[in-house]
Amino acid sequence: MSDAIPYRALDAATQPPLDAPAYGSTRKRHPKHPLLRIPQTLTETSAPRFDEAGYPVQADMSQVGGKAALGERIIVGGRITDEDGRPQAGVMVEVWQANASGRYHHPRDQHDAPLDPNFEGRARIFTDADGRYSFVSIRPGAYPWRNHHNAWRPVHIHFGLHGAGFAQRMITQMYFPGDPLLDLDPIFHATPDKAARERLVSKFDLDLTKPEWALGYRFDMVLRGRDATPFETQ
Amino acid sequence: MLTPATAHQTAGPYWHMIDFPEWADLLRAGSGNEGVEGERITLTGRITDGDGAPVVDGLVEIWQAGPDGRYDGAFHGFGRCATDAEGRFRFATLKPGAVPGRGNAIQAPHIAIAVFARGLMRHVVTRAYFAGEALNATDPVLGLVEEARRGTLLAQPSGGGAWTLDIRLQGDGETVFLDV
Repeated sequence: MSDAIPYRALDAATQPPLDAPAYGSTRKRHPKHPLLRIPQTLTETSAPRFDEAGYPVQADMSQVGGKAALGERIIVGGRITDEDGRPQAGVMVEVWQANASGRYHHPRDQHDAPLDPNFEGRARIFTDADGRYSFVSIRPGAYPWRNHHNAWRPVHIHFGLHGAGFAQRMITQMYFPGDPLLDLDPIFHATPDKAARERLVSKFDLDLTKPEWALGYRFDMVLRGRDATPFETQ
Repeated sequence: MLTPATAHQTAGPYWHMIDFPEWADLLRAGSGNEGVEGERITLTGRITDGDGAPVVDGLVEIWQAGPDGRYDGAFHGFGRCATDAEGRFRFATLKPGAVPGRGNAIQAPHIAIAVFARGLMRHVVTRAYFAGEALNATDPVLGLVEEARRGTLLAQPSGGGAWTLDIRLQGDGETVFLDV
């Protein structure tokens, strides 16, 4: 059989290192040995198949049972391509976030901010044939964490992507434009390349904005592309 | 023009909002895997950090071939499990078959594992092989691992189809993590 085409290696400057001293939790959790580079096999170039029948879509986080969540309603949308600009269709996108007060619907989150019974804070959508996705939510609030004195996470939404290869699996965070906390955030700043960091910041988008209803934010994501270099078989 | 892949960011401590505990059972009713013939196994392990402390907020995902060695066959080999208060995860699945490797190579049966957690900027990836499997001796990936550390990829049997593989993120006995 023919070999699966591997994914291109990640560019280290555009990714956060596992050892990021300013983010305290990495200290005891990052491997000290270098990762072992292996040739990609079917294990890495294939991926789970998800579909809407088995994994129902939930594209509106702004209400529960018809009751509106508190906060500023937003629409988030964008396009998922690979590094060569090819649209990635059928990507399962998982989303989770804090509520407008900066609190997660999660038992371990003890931040002294109110929970909202009408905000669960999770969504699941799939990209269309052109790689596009969108969902409705509430603009999350900033919240404190204990990384350093007076530490606050910038406003963010978590994204998990399942592409066509296990090697493409990615979890990332989307930030909001103009957030003053971005300059102070060690997680955001762990990625060395400035342009790569800025691609994590969504853009206000008037075309996505729905009149009399909600502001739109555009957030495009890029999954690893296939390596064009033919692999020499032994 | 090439745009590099989006930067990974940590899953953080609150990823459980996308936890669906039933996903740890790949043989659950409604999984589509109920009718697939194969050897039922469990894969259990404990994740610890550089101090040997349990990682209690980890997200573990697995991806494996079916008993027929296929990723695109009848068996859907994806699972997700949250670690518990002792850092443990547990999957119920079928033992994968041998899988084609590059060229004419054959890979020994194995389960790919991804670990996400607070403090992991990007998930780490490893594999669980099955101790005692004859094909392990010629597996092209295991062959790249220095012998002294190879055991960190070998799940051990404890009878009745139960297999155990602990994952150490850092320090003594650190698991071999793969750059895929």
